[in-house]
Amino acid sequence: MRIELEKRPKISTLFSILSPFIALILTIIAGAIMFMLLGKNPLDALYSFFVEPLLEVWSLHELAIKAAPLILIAVGLSVCYRSNNWNIGAEGQFIMGAIAGSILPVVFYEWHSPLVLPLMLLMGMLGGALYAGIPAFLKAHLNTNEILTSLMLVYVAQLFLDWLVRGPWRNPDGMNFPETRTFAAEAILPELLSSGRTHWGFVFAILAAILVWFMMRYTLKGLEISVLGQSERAGRFAGFSSRKMIWFSMMLSGACAGLAGIAEVSGAIQQLRPVISPGYGFTAIIVAFLGRLNPLGIIAAGLVLALTYLGGEAAQLSIGVSEKVTRVFQGLLLFFVLSCDTLIHYKIRVIWSKLGGTAVDGGH
Amino acid sequence: MKKIIFALATTAAVLGFSAQASAQEKAKVCFVYVGSKTDGGWTQAHDIGRQELETALADKIETQFLENVPEGPDAERAIERLARSGCGLIFTTSFGFMDQTVKVAAKFPDVKFEHATGYKAAPNVATYNSRFYEGRYISGQIAGKMSTKGVAGYIASFPIPEVVQGINAFLLGARSVNPDFKIKVVWANTWFDPGKEADAAKALIDQGVDILTQHTDTTAPMQVAAERGIKAFGQASDMIKAGPETQLTAIVDTWAPYYIKRTQAFLDGKWETTSSWDGLKDGILTMAPYTNMPDDVKAMAEETQKKIESGELKPFTGPINKQDGTEWLAAGVSSDDGTLLGMNFYVEGVDDKLPQ
Amino acid sequence: MSIVEAILLTIITASTPLVLAALGELVTERSGVLNLGVEGMMIMGAVCAFAATQMSGSPYIGILAGIASGALFSLLFGFLTLTLVANQVATGLALTILGLGVSGMIGEGFVGMSGIKLQPIAIPLLSDLPYIGSLLFRQDIIFYLSIALVVGVNWFLFKSRAGLRLRSVGDSHASAHALGINVIRTRYLAVMFGGACAGLAGAQLSLVYTPQWVENMSAGRGWIALALVVFASWRPWRLVAGGYLFGAVSISQLHAQAFGIGIPSQVLSALPYLATVVVLILISHNRRTTLINTPASLGKPFVPDR
Repeated sequence: MRIELEKRPKISTLFSILSPFIALILTIIAGAIMFMLLGKNPLDALYSFFVEPLLEVWSLHELAIKAAPLILIAVGLSVCYRSNNWNIGAEGQFIMGAIAGSILPVVFYEWHSPLVLPLMLLMGMLGGALYAGIPAFLKAHLNTNEILTSLMLVYVAQLFLDWLVRGPWRNPDGMNFPETRTFAAEAILPELLSSGRTHWGFVFAILAAILVWFMMRYTLKGLEISVLGQSERAGRFAGFSSRKMIWFSMMLSGACAGLAGIAEVSGAIQQLRPVISPGYGFTAIIVAFLGRLNPLGIIAAGLVLALTYLGGEAAQLSIGVSEKVTRVFQGLLLFFVLSCDTLIHYKIRVIWSKLGGTAVDGGH
Repeated sequence: MKKIIFALATTAAVLGFSAQASAQEKAKVCFVYVGSKTDGGWTQAHDIGRQELETALADKIETQFLENVPEGPDAERAIERLARSGCGLIFTTSFGFMDQTVKVAAKFPDVKFEHATGYKAAPNVATYNSRFYEGRYISGQIAGKMSTKGVAGYIASFPIPEVVQGINAFLLGARSVNPDFKIKVVWANTWFDPGKEADAAKALIDQGVDILTQHTDTTAPMQVAAERGIKAFGQASDMIKAGPETQLTAIVDTWAPYYIKRTQAFLDGKWETTSSWDGLKDGILTMAPYTNMPDDVKAMAEETQKKIESGELKPFTGPINKQDGTEWLAAGVSSDDGTLLGMNFYVEGVDDKLPQ
Repeated sequence: MSIVEAILLTIITASTPLVLAALGELVTERSGVLNLGVEGMMIMGAVCAFAATQMSGSPYIGILAGIASGALFSLLFGFLTLTLVANQVATGLALTILGLGVSGMIGEGFVGMSGIKLQPIAIPLLSDLPYIGSLLFRQDIIFYLSIALVVGVNWFLFKSRAGLRLRSVGDSHASAHALGINVIRTRYLAVMFGGACAGLAGAQLSLVYTPQWVENMSAGRGWIALALVVFASWRPWRLVAGGYLFGAVSISQLHAQAFGIGIPSQVLSALPYLATVVVLILISHNRRTTLINTPASLGKPFVPDR
């Protein structure tokens, strides 16, 4: 048996819409089998994964909180990836944004002004953008591979934050534990509604997604990004500079990650600690691809991924599976979504023998 | 608006609780873990405590837990989820859950919270901790007797007060029997990376220490010590299986007595907020059997343990100088708990610069 | 044994898994496939090797299980990215998530068991040589395998016809296809070789480095292996140098602490990563040599037209 792909002449609109649902059905089937093998009722398990977190208002707020940084970072990354710049160090830019944004509430904590919060957000974006500027500079001018440098700089950022909160920025009233002073009220990103904890970070994420979507679709910059991403040569003929594009896309994604970082710290944690991200920068890479590098798709992908985190917790409590099982389930979902997207661009033929005919046609 | 929501939430909780109570009359006691319940270290010790609690009060309670909960917003969600799911008493077992515990507790005044190793309490938030350093003092004494070179290797995780207390207590214990005793400290900057812990152990042994102690969670250093034929101390759990001829003793976290005591108080309606810092006498930490040492050393260790349990011996009692030679405690004076809880300095004789 | 020898031995143990996993990834990338799931394949190798050793009593069975599990797990990646042309970066990351979860599930029953350490094999005569004897010829079989694999891969890539075909697939899959080379099959084999090596590296962790199983015990070593491949600009011998350099810097910082050198430990811990960036800048400065070695089709999907 062998599987052959045939490129569709045109992207299939039908499968653009259908493929996530096919993936979902496959995940449900595979998940049900897994839960049955573990001796759990599959219906209960799937209910706690996909339905339970959506039933209560507080839980919807938590969904937005969890999705916001993923969406914001992934939107920035989508610009990078579309222009063929492989920034995988968003985690580091997230941390540096959080650090830069925290300078005011931690070091100049005595300065009280309504300007504090907007300045913090700006500095956060700047911090992330400048940190992404390092691999951008190295790629644009020294031809150094950005996958590696951006990844290495993640570790450096993590250790820098660690050093700060254990050393110079440690809270003098914190019993010598590794954390900074807690932010004053005017340095805290306000909650959006009174019904839960969702803060403005979610709004930033949605706004960023819409802006980038608009830019990609309707502006010259968007065209430049896609052309350079598809072929550097073609881009050069069109008069676009790939060097400038490296700077633009890396710094834009760095700014998004930095904003996500300071929004997370100011809105949800309200101080710096040695670890401020459970790997958002890496998870966002998956979100970017699940959303097919389309900002609006990324919103949906971020929400779905956040749902699996919440659902995983609900399942731990309601059916008593271990946290590892929830992670495997999450992995399964990712695999099915990624593979079903093939249907958008290709017809899949399963050929049973060397001579044989087609068995399955992906439709038209 | 918020008040209305609190009221609704509380009513819901009460309704849910009473519905459940009539069905099975069991209270729910819940735990939030920072690691995996089978991590072989910190979290596993708490989970063993949970299991013993469930066995001890099987007819009155049931327990639930969430594992691998990252610190930060995820922790707040996890704690809130437990509070909403009808848990009456919630133990949050990592320092990093402190602010989240306090925040959620403010929203659920009828739920009781217990936070491990922190310092922020509230009317419905108690804190609890263990005087691990008492065990370190005994280990130090044993090291002082057992080391022929008079140098111990100390694999430390992060420079937080608990770890600094441990280093100081170990040195004080060792110097109480060998005034020239020295320790070499290596900061691994991790609680949990067997490879790195093993590397640190090898580095220390290569530099001539002949006894090893660790404040990180895996048994890797114990394995290395066994391989190189030197003695070592276990941490968090009894690591004798990793070094049957190596482990002298281990400081074992035994949370069960505390969990049972507090849950019982909760069931009796006598739960009140406290800041408890129990030690050897309360059974919140125990010493693994004293093995692989001569009888006289064993006798000394047992006697020191008795003295600590009876309160006759307090490890941090003067005369003690700080590392720079200035006096910290005059002769006969014992340190107050506040200083210990925020300890960020070495005592005289520690041959390391405390990372600041 | 002198302290220098002791330090070198520690470095060898710490570097071997990095070299092994990176070597596999190097072959994968030379065929034009970027698999970011090294960490996931490595942890699968570690848990399967440990479990098989415990059940059979023989670490050699464990090694085989580690290799097999890594290769099988990579097949999943291969199916998605090669047959279904899913994005390689995202699939690799998802593979790591899945690997961490599955290994945790498999390993749940093995936590806290004391492992069986793979014993060194002394090579007659050579192991008695002064200085290098105990370092290089009194090692376990995984170390010998790692050296043999480096020599083998170097020969394969640059001296054999099959290696030439593999590189041509990585450089331009379209022309390779036109020459009648089966691009997809070549890439499947390369991906599986990468998985097998990562699995072997995982087996080294749970059988030699620290003979035990704990969750997440690979602790980011798969990511370092990925970095090493680029650091070595896709050349096996440079990769060995890089791997050992990385190991040396990590181990020396522990020794520096034990000696009592008062530098913040975070700075010391960051050194290997900064060193990698600096060396990378130095070697990639010369644009021509980098371009020659970089597989031009890296990360790009290939669909044969019929």
